Amino acid sequence: MIREEIESREDEKMIDAAQMNNPEPEECFNVNYLRIYYGGNLFPYSDIHKWLSYGHDGKHPGCDEYYFGRREFSFTLENDVYLRYKSFKNASSMEDAIKSNFPYKIDIGAVYSVDPDKRHAYSQTGTNVFTPVERELVFDIDITDYDDVRYCCSGADVCSKCWPLITVAIKVIHTSLTEDFGFKHILWVFSGRRGVHCWVCDPKARRMTNEQRSAVAEYFRVYKGNENNARKVALMGYSLHPFLARSYVDYLKGFFEGELQATQSIFSTKDKYEKILAMISDEDIQSELRGKWENSARSSLSEEAISLVRWEQLKNTLQSKKHKAPTLRMCVEEIVFTFTYPRIDLEVSKQMNHLLKAPFCVHPKTGRVCVPIDPNNCDEFDPLAVPTLSQLIEEINSGGSRMDVDDDEDSDTSLLAKSIKFFRSSFLEPLLKSCKEEIESSYKTKIGKSKDSFSW
Amino acid sequence: MEVIRSQKRTPSNDTVSNPKIPLYLTAPQMEVRLEEFELFAIDRLRVLKGVSDGLARGRNPKEMDDLVDTLWKEHMRDPDASVMLNKDIISHFVLRLVYCRSDELKKWFLSMETALFRHRFRLQNFEAQRAIVGEFGLPYKAVTGAELEGLKERLGQVVRSLGQISPTVEAVYYKVPFEEVPDLVASRRVLIQKGFAFVAGSQLVSLVVTQFRSHISKALILTNRKWTTTIREREKDRLTPIVEALSTSYLGPDYSQSTEYAEISLKDIDQVAKSSFPLCMRHLFEKVREDHHLKHGGRMQLGLFLKGVGLKLDDALAFWRAEFTKKVGSERFDKEYAYSIRHNYGKEGKRTDYTPYACQKIILSAPGAGDHHGCPYRHFSEDNLRAALGRMGLSSRGMEGVMDQVRNKHYQLACTMTFEAVYGTSCDAGINHPNQYFEESQKILKSKTPPAPV
Repeated sequence: MIREEIESREDEKMIDAAQMNNPEPEECFNVNYLRIYYGGNLFPYSDIHKWLSYGHDGKHPGCDEYYFGRREFSFTLENDVYLRYKSFKNASSMEDAIKSNFPYKIDIGAVYSVDPDKRHAYSQTGTNVFTPVERELVFDIDITDYDDVRYCCSGADVCSKCWPLITVAIKVIHTSLTEDFGFKHILWVFSGRRGVHCWVCDPKARRMTNEQRSAVAEYFRVYKGNENNARKVALMGYSLHPFLARSYVDYLKGFFEGELQATQSIFSTKDKYEKILAMISDEDIQSELRGKWENSARSSLSEEAISLVRWEQLKNTLQSKKHKAPTLRMCVEEIVFTFTYPRIDLEVSKQMNHLLKAPFCVHPKTGRVCVPIDPNNCDEFDPLAVPTLSQLIEEINSGGSRMDVDDDEDSDTSLLAKSIKFFRSSFLEPLLKSCKEEIESSYKTKIGKSKDSFSW
Repeated sequence: MEVIRSQKRTPSNDTVSNPKIPLYLTAPQMEVRLEEFELFAIDRLRVLKGVSDGLARGRNPKEMDDLVDTLWKEHMRDPDASVMLNKDIISHFVLRLVYCRSDELKKWFLSMETALFRHRFRLQNFEAQRAIVGEFGLPYKAVTGAELEGLKERLGQVVRSLGQISPTVEAVYYKVPFEEVPDLVASRRVLIQKGFAFVAGSQLVSLVVTQFRSHISKALILTNRKWTTTIREREKDRLTPIVEALSTSYLGPDYSQSTEYAEISLKDIDQVAKSSFPLCMRHLFEKVREDHHLKHGGRMQLGLFLKGVGLKLDDALAFWRAEFTKKVGSERFDKEYAYSIRHNYGKEGKRTDYTPYACQKIILSAPGAGDHHGCPYRHFSEDNLRAALGRMGLSSRGMEGVMDQVRNKHYQLACTMTFEAVYGTSCDAGINHPNQYFEESQKILKSKTPPAPV
């Protein structure tokens, strides 16, 4: 039956190709494209299944063959119909379900104590036996949370001038996750429009309690802004915590004084610099700087140059006056942090049962695929160059690549193949290797223990 | 732990290691007198309720340290150190039985015992704290030598980031998986490297509190299992009634004897209900007048309250009769209802003089269809509660504060705020008994001219 569907879709595609000689830029997403994406082999079903099985593929006696089946998925269909607590025995039932629903969005939830779709059968006893037992540690960074510090776009838009804020966030968080917390299996994924998601998949991370997740999220939290406070970052004490100090020295300071000034020119107009002056908790210093800037007629300099000059003036003034009050001690750093430090959505990270969009989904508003991002090369990632559904379909139509991306040939340059290869080689393979080692060793321990218990 | 009838107590062997704060890791092997079983538990309960009160009022850690010190000295002290320790241990284990029986009880007990432990620990000197850490048998080693040297600079940065101007690194640091000290991680009070947190000696409290909480949490689940499978049935004539009463025990004045302010007569009752009854009783009273009936839960809650407020038995019978006979007739009233009213006043059966319900008991009750008892702050929908508060005279501004407390499940604080809004005065003690609300209200009304409308 599925074969016939694909064949009839081939005909539809051919018709679409004719229409595509005059492509409409807005049409990056439509339901038919989505059906092709999921209906064929573009969506990497078996990679996702391998990932979420964490080595429990049934090939080793220590495997838990029901592990994958206890994972919650949710589908969002056309017309915002939302289906929660979906679970699948194996890769092919997951594939079948996606191919019959063609969800606009697929979310991944936690691994529960029992199959999510059988949860009601267990709720009779009164004690709640339907509870999450494992879940990746996840983070969500969204550019809209930076609206108060970016001047090029706002809301759902993103451009090459403000995306670097996300890039710097990735660097800060990734370094901390690996250096401070010792995590090894981290996947960064483009959210499809204006942000990134981070999946920490180490076994230790998956078993963290809500309290521990909350602790890590709070560790990362610096920005405490809302519309009621002007000073949204308050760094107390006499020095920065080593994590913040490292982030500042290695990433934030350079970014602020370099790229950010170039793209946002945060001192160049009165509106802009008033916002920064409001972060200085001393009226005299504010007036002094305001005096310097209000009347300066340096119209020959570029916006960027003006900004840089004013930043130097601010730094010098604060340097000489910082002993006036404790709140001035780290005012310079506070300003840098306000503009550049990562802003994560705490609620996403704190609870095990929070669902998060699956990698390789397609964003319905942009048509872009949620592809992985290499944290070690994130400067090169361009959200506006991510393949869209329509580009993928066009590629198929023009015979540019086979639909089957399982080939190992390096010459396979299909748009999605690169992402899938990266997913496999830098994330999936090391992860599965380590999972199998763990399954093996805990199995050996169990066997060893039961051997001992017979020796009475 | 063996509970025995009054006999000389044999000395306990549990004081061998004698840490200042017991960890309650295993049930003590000692004999306990039946009276002590209950009395020790009540004293500890007073401490825990004091802790609960302090936390609800937002006391800072130092204030909580002092509060715990005071509470402990007041209720748990004994000149003989080993007696004091035994009481500590026994009372904890008794309360475990009491509070293991539902999720709500478990959660409360866990929070309060953990807070109690935290502040008792903070009050100890460093050596005693080290000893307690040792008692937990934690495998964490102190960081020494070259490793410590390599970390010194960053440890100093952490110290400075916490407000200490000179980076004096402490002598002892423990290398601990970061998961074990979530609160230190969250507030960036420790250096973290490759998954390990470096915890200073002075920060040990975080480490042990996490361990303590985890241990008690697991223990409560086991205790609950034991309770439901064996203990409850086996002890149904001896310990079980005591245990079941303890969780709802209220430890303030019991209002079984009404005071001079509180005598009311039948002719005043409607007016007094409007002016001085707390919302729960106002609602029940209005319903009696409206429906000429109340179901059992409501009759108990309102009836005992009226007794505490000073309504004499004859007046009470007259009141209920006047209402109920409109619906059920005089004969049925005498047959079915009069007896239990007299029972409440201790004139029938066991002749126990029942005491009016405290807020805690009322909040925990579960009104069903057709019931009107319980605590309106808990059991009413938001709309109904707003309407009822409006009828009490609260402005929409006053209401927001109350609704906020309700959303945070602080029902007694909500009632207290209502009291404060209605009478235009502050109530520092907080409302924890409907009769207390009534008495305080009468005091205010009798001492000043009628308050301005809110």
